[in-house]
Amino acid sequence: MDPVAESQKFFRRISQSSNIMLFLLWHVVHLIISVLYIVREIFRAIENYLITNGYVKTYTNLNLGRVKYLGIVIDSDEARNTSKVVELLEWLSALGVKKICLYDREGVLKKSKAVFMERFGSTENSVAGPLVSKKRMDFEFVSITDGKEAVAKAANLLFKKYYVDGDSEKPFFTETHLTEGLKTLGAVEPDPDLLLIYGPVRCHLGFPAWRIRYTEMVHMGPLKYKKFGLIMKAIHKFTKVKQNYGS
Amino acid sequence: MDIKQRTRIYNNLCSFARKCIYSILSVATLPNHIAFIMDGNRRYSKQHNLVDGEGHKVGYSSLMSMLRYCYELGVKYVTVYAFSIENFKRSPEEVRSLMDLMEEKIEGLIKEESLVNQYGVRVHFAGNLKLLSKPVRLAAERAMKATAKNSKAVLTICIAYTSTDEILHAVEECCDEKSDEVKVSNDGKYEKDVINVVDIERHMYMAVAPDPDIIIRTSGETRLSNFLLWQSGNCLLCTQSVLWPEIGFRHLVQAILEFQHKLYYLNKQKQT
Repeated sequence: MDPVAESQKFFRRISQSSNIMLFLLWHVVHLIISVLYIVREIFRAIENYLITNGYVKTYTNLNLGRVKYLGIVIDSDEARNTSKVVELLEWLSALGVKKICLYDREGVLKKSKAVFMERFGSTENSVAGPLVSKKRMDFEFVSITDGKEAVAKAANLLFKKYYVDGDSEKPFFTETHLTEGLKTLGAVEPDPDLLLIYGPVRCHLGFPAWRIRYTEMVHMGPLKYKKFGLIMKAIHKFTKVKQNYGS
Repeated sequence: MDIKQRTRIYNNLCSFARKCIYSILSVATLPNHIAFIMDGNRRYSKQHNLVDGEGHKVGYSSLMSMLRYCYELGVKYVTVYAFSIENFKRSPEEVRSLMDLMEEKIEGLIKEESLVNQYGVRVHFAGNLKLLSKPVRLAAERAMKATAKNSKAVLTICIAYTSTDEILHAVEECCDEKSDEVKVSNDGKYEKDVINVVDIERHMYMAVAPDPDIIIRTSGETRLSNFLLWQSGNCLLCTQSVLWPEIGFRHLVQAILEFQHKLYYLNKQKQT
């Protein structure tokens, strides 16, 4: 019997056992995390019930005027469920929100634009007669192509204007120049000051970078588990935030 | 047993416990790049009745601890938001005190026994460095040069930085670069859309690192405050209510566990 080979075999077995142990421990930890997420969802459901039924007085008077422009980010797979999106918009309309920026990465919401405009839009094609003034909302539909690619297009505009045209002198570039370039391409709406994110993860999913400098981002969970009371809570919390913008 | 021995035993125990936790975390994919928004130093100062500026010094110790944990774990890229262009709006005394602190700490990074040399960290300073006072700018340049040969990990310190300034600067650099190319070709024709997204990303201050996997902001604030807006499209945004000087190992572990729990979704987003 070779003692060196035997000892190598022994240490290999120990190493394999400890790897299996670590693997199991990792899964146990993540199982605990999954349970904690479920418990958190239960608490959120209870909180939603209490807020929606007026038991929590704090949220009864929402200072909606402070939310100048509301943005909604929805995971593209969830955005395909148009009825859920319409339900969310109905809740927002009931709260008094008049103007929303709707974003999803792949532009699914853009494709469903007609559905939302018919239900909530202020055009002549609106189906609902007397109810139009109650539920009317203005929408902006944004997707990933309005982010980085739009900045590249604006860069090309600036390049053509200040570098290629021989007569113009190259200015000292400021953020205003790029903002003006983006406006020329159609970006006329203000920056959202509150972004509600509907998806599995708190991630803005590529929302145009130029527009979310100081935007408060709140993760609302997956769209299928959306809760009316928690929208009120998010808006209420936003109205209490004091931003010093770096100073 | 005296206090020194007890402290040493305690530190060794903590280090051993951390190694056990690293072993468990390492079973799954670890984040390659973690970014920190170090918010809450001034609030910490107020809460603990410290002299103005002391909160930033305590915050610096927290930063060193977090860097140590990240590099021990094997996270290759760490980015920190040290000073925003907007922070120049603060009182001149506070700005001067921050600049002095930064100069002192940057000089400390270059020393042989510093953490960056211990872990082979290459230091980059991302931002509009021309806005900094000359001593700080020169210290930053010295630190970048002194750590240029380190290759095990990368620390990017965002100083005089905002995302919008970074994007603007990248656009300007692209225009200058393409302008030279157009002059060289000299055929009088201008091709539409010579600048694309890849060109802009190549000129970003943050081109030295891949996109972050996690951005951790302390103090419970839910905004990015003009930090890595371009790079954070597929990034887990973690908000922790603790103030930056109070951040500890468990907050980092919490963020990494959340990242690993959502890894499948985050990877799916990166592929679209």
